[in-house]
Amino acid sequence: MSEKITGAEALMRALEHEGVDVLFGYPGGSIMPTYDALYDHKKTLNHILVRHEQGAVHAAQGYARVSGKVGCAIVTSGPGATNTVTGIADAMIDSTPMVVICGQVGVAMLGTDAFQEVDVVGVTSPISKWSYQIRRAEDVAWAVARAFYIAKSGRPGPVVLDFAKNAQTGMVEFEPAEVDFIRSYDPDPDLNMTDIERAAKMINNSVKPFVLVGQGVELGNATEELRTFLEKADLPCGTTFMGLSTIPSDHRLNMGILGMHGNLGPNVMTNQCDLLIAVGMRFDDRVTGNLATYAKQAKIIHFDIDHAEFNKNVPVDLKVWGNCKETLAAVTKLLDTSKHTSWIEGFKPYAEKEYEKVIDKALHPTEGPLLMGEVIRKVSEAAHNEGIMVTDVGQNQLMACRYFKFTQKRSVVTSGGLGTMGFGLPAAIGATFGAPDRTVCLFVGDGGLQMTIQELGTIMEQGAPVKIILLNNNFLGNVRQWQEMFFAHRYSFTPMVNPNYELIAKGYGIPAKTVIERKDLDAAIAEMLATPGPYLLQCAIKEEDNVLPMTPPGANIDEMLLEL
Amino acid sequence: MEQDTTKLYTFLIYSENVPGLLSQITAVFTRRQVNIESLNVCASSTPGAHKYTVTAYCDERMARILTSQVEKRIDVLQAHFYTDEELFINETALFKLSTPAMMKNREVSSLVRSYDARIIEVNSTYSVVEITCFPDVIISLFDQLKKMDCVLQFVRSGRICITKSRVEHLDEWLAVREAKRKATK
Ligand SMILES: Cc1ncc(C[n+]2csc(CCOP(=O)(O)OP(=O)(O)O)c2C)c(N)n1
Ligand SMILES: [Mg+2]
Repeated sequence: MSEKITGAEALMRALEHEGVDVLFGYPGGSIMPTYDALYDHKKTLNHILVRHEQGAVHAAQGYARVSGKVGCAIVTSGPGATNTVTGIADAMIDSTPMVVICGQVGVAMLGTDAFQEVDVVGVTSPISKWSYQIRRAEDVAWAVARAFYIAKSGRPGPVVLDFAKNAQTGMVEFEPAEVDFIRSYDPDPDLNMTDIERAAKMINNSVKPFVLVGQGVELGNATEELRTFLEKADLPCGTTFMGLSTIPSDHRLNMGILGMHGNLGPNVMTNQCDLLIAVGMRFDDRVTGNLATYAKQAKIIHFDIDHAEFNKNVPVDLKVWGNCKETLAAVTKLLDTSKHTSWIEGFKPYAEKEYEKVIDKALHPTEGPLLMGEVIRKVSEAAHNEGIMVTDVGQNQLMACRYFKFTQKRSVVTSGGLGTMGFGLPAAIGATFGAPDRTVCLFVGDGGLQMTIQELGTIMEQGAPVKIILLNNNFLGNVRQWQEMFFAHRYSFTPMVNPNYELIAKGYGIPAKTVIERKDLDAAIAEMLATPGPYLLQCAIKEEDNVLPMTPPGANIDEMLLEL
Repeated sequence: MEQDTTKLYTFLIYSENVPGLLSQITAVFTRRQVNIESLNVCASSTPGAHKYTVTAYCDERMARILTSQVEKRIDVLQAHFYTDEELFINETALFKLSTPAMMKNREVSSLVRSYDARIIEVNSTYSVVEITCFPDVIISLFDQLKKMDCVLQFVRSGRICITKSRVEHLDEWLAVREAKRKATK
């Protein structure tokens, strides 16, 4: 008979068994037995004390995105748990594998409106992949094993474990559990060879094929398979924001970004191709624009692991269900080696037009205040286009996605589906733990930085090497742009009265500098990257600049505005 | 003008017997602005599996989306949607009728009899009538009784259904899953 340990200690061993090495968290009453157990596991479970529980979940997300592992956050009950809700919803919509462990009052107190009692399973069920209350120490091993299996398998997502206090203190003989099968859940569907053959035939017969690449390719570890697939049949592609680093920015077949603030060529060609091949993407409205006119001329094939995504927003002619690592490889085998030279050439005039009207102006201004685009591209290049791009939300995000360049996979950490302001700073902290050898560049606005600015304390304590590029335009810029375009310039509560960010950073012991003039930019970026550890580089950005091109909300995706 | 394509669909959902699933299932409907008309939950013939019978008005595209979104919940085994033609459908209703009103108006009793409804309790204050039949029939009986001003209480069970198909999808699927479990080990 093995020794008896507490449920809290069992949790520690179960986490170690799952290979967890970093936890982002914040203690409190209902999780104290677990924190007590953690005290003896500090060597194996590196606990990072954040400054707000929202920071813990976003950090776990950042960690998961760059590492491909399951991110882990641990918080107390009640307000600690509710503070994680935004991050859980964000991870759900962006398919980020994460396990959030919340303290909970003891089962004897459940339902009594006890101090710091919240129905966490009720609150999080609709926004998580699985949410479960651990009521007995005996259930810890199984629940943790099931949680990690669900979080990382199939289409990944967040799992919540609501850990009742009595289950933390109860005694149990611990034996790590293995979960690799759940009868009601099929994350690894068998290949359907009929569909594979049909897909190959449709692609072989296509004259004007176009591939839409989403984050699913990276999540399925299928970047190599995608590349071979594209190259063998000479298939041009566009990527979503979430899929940006799936294929190098300068790859011959990468035509650019899809959607509202993407590139002109891929959006126009979406409505001209004869075959649209979507891989690991979900036809978000920011990508499709008006569905009534979206790719109506084309046949559509959809590769996805999540069966519920098929025909959800866009009706498709063929669905290929499965992990794209397998499905793409199987289809590739049946593809003819072909060339689509003139079709691919057809993207060029659009790229040239966009370059002339938008990109050149964004990257090479000769006068006036700094622009976001030039700052972002310079940072990207100074980091040899090998950095990790973390963004907050707003113009800073759209511009970073447009102008940062990628040569490495798993380099995009952005809040795509939820658009969570305040995501950037804590997610960047997480990214430094998930990819300690890489340069983590955070692009953040003056609005979003203040939503989770307290995490500068975490950066200070950990010395987390986040390169914070604050694109300060003294506005809630993205909302201001919409007010300019669609609300007759009425700037209702979008001007930002800003504090002295350099002073704030210095208060946290983080080196900081502000750049106002263009001539100082290169040296400032070089200094930021040469300085070990964290750094805040504030750039004074043109106040009323707009992100272009843009497909107005609800408009046809090929009707992009290149200028206002 | 756009055609109204909404219909009453019946969703048959099978799940593991775990707590908390009902609210997950209903949330899939309500989030998409689909009202649930009736709901029945009980153990199914398959050991360990629960059966949910849900009816709702929506179009076929929405029915498909609802089905796949429900099925996506981890502990849901299978979900399917049906039109009335594909099902044997029954519903039980109970009527509590005023006995004095029934005494006064003889037509109440003959109406009840004409519907093949059963009188399961009679006392001087009230009588209880039970009927099990196709839901529309219940509504029609209720409408007529209502006009006679004798209804004290009325309750419907929500429909229960059995598929007309000769194939037992759940059992077949579970067999496939069991084979996969063995292959995983
Ligand atoms: C939590 C949250 N609240 C509000 C919004 C709406 N919103 C989207 S972008 C934006 C402005 C962001 O301003 P800033 O952080 O300064 O970035 P900029 O657009 O100026 O680069 C706002 C308010 C949001 N996305 N998230
Ligand atoms: Mg701003």
